[in-house]
Amino acid sequence: MTLATPRPTATAPTAPAPTTASPPPPPAPRLGHLVGVLPGGPGLDDHLRHYSTLPQLGPGELGRLAADAGLVGRGGAGFPTARKLAAVAGARRAGRTVVVGNGAESEPASGKDRTLLRVRPNLVLDGLQLAATEVSAGRVVLYVHRDPILVGGLRALVDQRVRLGVDAHRVEVVEAPPRFLAGEESALASRVSGGLALPRFTPPRVFQSGVDGAPTLVQNVETLAQLALLARFGSQWFRSAGLADEPGSMLTTVHSPDRRRVQEVALGTPLTSLLGDPLLPDGPIGAVLVGGFHGTWLSTADAVGLRLGNTDLRPRGASVGAGVIVALPAGVCGVVETARVVSYLAAESAGQCGPCVNGLPAIAGGMTELADLRPRPQARDDLLRWAGLVAGRGACHHPDGTVRLVRSALQVFAQEIEQHAAGRCTATDTSAFLQVPTGLPTRDEDWS
Amino acid sequence: MMRLTVNPIRCDGHGACAELLPERVALDEWGYPIVSDAPIPDRMASHARRAVAACPTLALAPDADR
Repeated sequence: MTLATPRPTATAPTAPAPTTASPPPPPAPRLGHLVGVLPGGPGLDDHLRHYSTLPQLGPGELGRLAADAGLVGRGGAGFPTARKLAAVAGARRAGRTVVVGNGAESEPASGKDRTLLRVRPNLVLDGLQLAATEVSAGRVVLYVHRDPILVGGLRALVDQRVRLGVDAHRVEVVEAPPRFLAGEESALASRVSGGLALPRFTPPRVFQSGVDGAPTLVQNVETLAQLALLARFGSQWFRSAGLADEPGSMLTTVHSPDRRRVQEVALGTPLTSLLGDPLLPDGPIGAVLVGGFHGTWLSTADAVGLRLGNTDLRPRGASVGAGVIVALPAGVCGVVETARVVSYLAAESAGQCGPCVNGLPAIAGGMTELADLRPRPQARDDLLRWAGLVAGRGACHHPDGTVRLVRSALQVFAQEIEQHAAGRCTATDTSAFLQVPTGLPTRDEDWS
Repeated sequence: MMRLTVNPIRCDGHGACAELLPERVALDEWGYPIVSDAPIPDRMASHARRAVAACPTLALAPDADR
């Protein structure tokens, strides 16, 4: 998948000239080729040769660059990065802030962060250095999903970068437990503080009081990599791809009927070209899930003509999130798939809030009833009532995301649900499509 | 205080709040409080304060953000 070719710019990047002559900005893909690269990516030497050394930015400069570029977070919430940097810098007192790169990627349908960490770890570490300097961090952490080979490789790379004087801030690599909520920012703060990865009640938000009570900047690893490119090549370059309101590129994880692939895509790219399918009514795709397990189902009719980005997705009740796009094959039952996902989501509740602890298993039971044949007539009404009861009543957004998925499923798969009520399922393929993790939590240790 | 908020992590569903301030707090089918968004008029303020004080887990609090 290629990006729009950037317009050649005669102006120099807005960052001060790096100490070595910089090569021209990468045309496409910006974040580098994501396939055919050995784990660990290009070594540090290759990284420096390809991207040149990271410029040293003055105080406030990273924030200005991020603001000019219109960069928003790539972890799913899409919060403007410049505002987040300013919030943490502003909350700083007595010089203590913490920066955490979030590479937990707890969304099972997303593979972009683990791919980025495997093939471009140096860009992520560069981004951490930039952010840490900008907010005067006393502690810098890279939080990653548990993978001994990846973690070992990252720690060795950090040692090398510190030893060679590339990194002013030593990065600690901290492992996230394999929990759906482990990447939630307050759960992350709790884990990095040495506790369990359980969400906390807010306020205060982590930018005010996060890891060990310090103002904490949490940035997705892809956002950090984008910052590393932005510092080198400037905001005009950044904006040369994407849309005016949603500039740049983003990593997506696309699930099509025959494969799953991480691709870097310019915002504004039509979904049909991502999926490689025209989304016809009786075609190979039955429905599209945008946003992962807390996302929104769209009918093919609604998805056709949509471009990647919130400009087109929000009016349809969806959000680009962390770039997960799933094309459900036409022969697979969307009700059954949703029931499987919701059962997983219920089991992954942190178990801290009454409405979630009680409501999510009830909702999972309700979806499973609809997925089976001949559910009770009240099943759908019960489901909608429980959905209304849990949304907004947890400490985190786990209930809300689950409800979003369920409500969209009830809408998009309404005809299929009627079929089930009459004792029929139209699926021709009953094998599971979405990969839903097994190994559900049973003890406190599962959250550490 | 203008409104009340519940910390759902601290809340264990004791229900004292719903008993002391039924005008603003109802219980869901699992016994957990649903706190109304409506502001608390002056005549209700002492009842609201009593509900806050009565919560055994200190889950109910005045909403500082409003």
